Amino acid sequence: MPAGCAALPERRARGPPHAEAREIVFDFLQGYDLLGAFWVTVQLTLLSAAGSLVWGTVLAAMRVGPVPLMRGFANAYVNIVRNIPLTVVILFTSLGLFQTLSINLGGQRFETINFRLAVLGLVAYTAAFVCEAIRSGINTVPVGQAEAARALGLNFTQALTLVVLPQAFRSVVGPLTNVLIALTKNTTVAAAIGVAEAALLMKEMIENEAQLLLISAIFAFGFVCLTLPTGLILGWVGKKAAVKR
Amino acid sequence: MTEVSMAKEDVASTADLVVLKSVNKHFGALHVLQDIDLTITRGEVVVVIGPSGSGKSTLCRTINRLETIDSGTISIDGKPLPQEGKELARLRADVGMVFQSFNLFAHKTVLENVTLGQVKVRRADKKKAEERARELLDRVGVGAQADKYPAQLSGGQQQRVAIARALAMDPKVMLFDEPTSALDPEMINEVLEVMQQLARDGMTMIVVTHEMGFARSAANRVVFMADGRIVEEAAPDQFFSNPRSDRARDFLSKILHH
Repeated sequence: MPAGCAALPERRARGPPHAEAREIVFDFLQGYDLLGAFWVTVQLTLLSAAGSLVWGTVLAAMRVGPVPLMRGFANAYVNIVRNIPLTVVILFTSLGLFQTLSINLGGQRFETINFRLAVLGLVAYTAAFVCEAIRSGINTVPVGQAEAARALGLNFTQALTLVVLPQAFRSVVGPLTNVLIALTKNTTVAAAIGVAEAALLMKEMIENEAQLLLISAIFAFGFVCLTLPTGLILGWVGKKAAVKR
Repeated sequence: MTEVSMAKEDVASTADLVVLKSVNKHFGALHVLQDIDLTITRGEVVVVIGPSGSGKSTLCRTINRLETIDSGTISIDGKPLPQEGKELARLRADVGMVFQSFNLFAHKTVLENVTLGQVKVRRADKKKAEERARELLDRVGVGAQADKYPAQLSGGQQQRVAIARALAMDPKVMLFDEPTSALDPEMINEVLEVMQQLARDGMTMIVVTHEMGFARSAANRVVFMADGRIVEEAAPDQFFSNPRSDRARDFLSKILHH
């Protein structure tokens, strides 16, 4: 029974009339590291977002580049990876890369290894979507911009990085926000290989506690707290960054 | 083809800056350039005119290889146009180009537009590049707009910035691909004046245009194209007062009488 209530008589006296009831309702949360689990989710999201932005941009550059081999590779990569369920990708990093090929990504403890494998899987998967978003952004940049860059004597890489990509990025802040929100929620798949993020904790709590609806609501609220500000902030950034023509 | 071009070919080849020899190009089934021979000497201003679809823009764009050609040779300052790569980039830096739709870099300020090539291609010091950029912007009359973005400028101002951007590379030759065709009528003159000044300063220029006034006043030679061929080449006075080919007479009768 509620040990906390008995320990805080003064607070009970000054608090609102139903304080006891509220404390009893949320009592089962004791002993679970909710914030810690969501912090792992945040770390997974940020690292995977950074990684997939870089890899996705490289893939997009390959897809529009002049080298047929690179175009073919990037094309095949995107079409294969985005059509495989993320669970399979994540499981492959653990079962295929780690347990079969002994690739541990420099980690010693299981938690570190699984965390890094999950980031790798999320990057590999999300990059395919980032690539397509950026490629659609490249298509919004008028051909004349690249022609003017080439006419000045810029080489392909310079024309891409100095003229085309900066404009492409500004036009795809919206689509990239969608990818980032999807990524935030996709990190829950990392639970499949035992990364101690929010979804794994939720599973554990559902097994041990009776308040199923409440648990779902708490985790749903947690994810909305992560993704809603992302959407609002990036929406504002997108408007600020838009290129005027 | 005509006396003018024959005479030009006899001049010492060092004076020839741009030489096209039997250039052919197809767009699918369309033969857009048919056996084009054209030589432009240093300091010469050549105006290319002709009905739309005659291949004049394509001709202009083949000279810095924005369009590839199917056969023939194009050489600039004695060197044949290289394949895509470092060599080509270096050559393009020496050939200034001004587009019909300006094509200023939309995400960069006017000043950045003019310094970009100097810094990234010529490896110029950033300070010096900015000095040079401001000097050029003053020269084309848009010095006060240096810190604005292209979208904040009028078409005429944008095109003058585009000319400054091309000049910043110290090009050997300038290509103008219908530079006034996208402009409101009242802005055409401000751009033509800058071009006329350039011509007076001795810049080698190839100008595709519909501005017959400019052709008359600034050109050394008029090249008339129709259906992918050079039909007639002549000095502007001679061409406008006494065109030899029926095709040119027909074209001029349609544009000059209103």
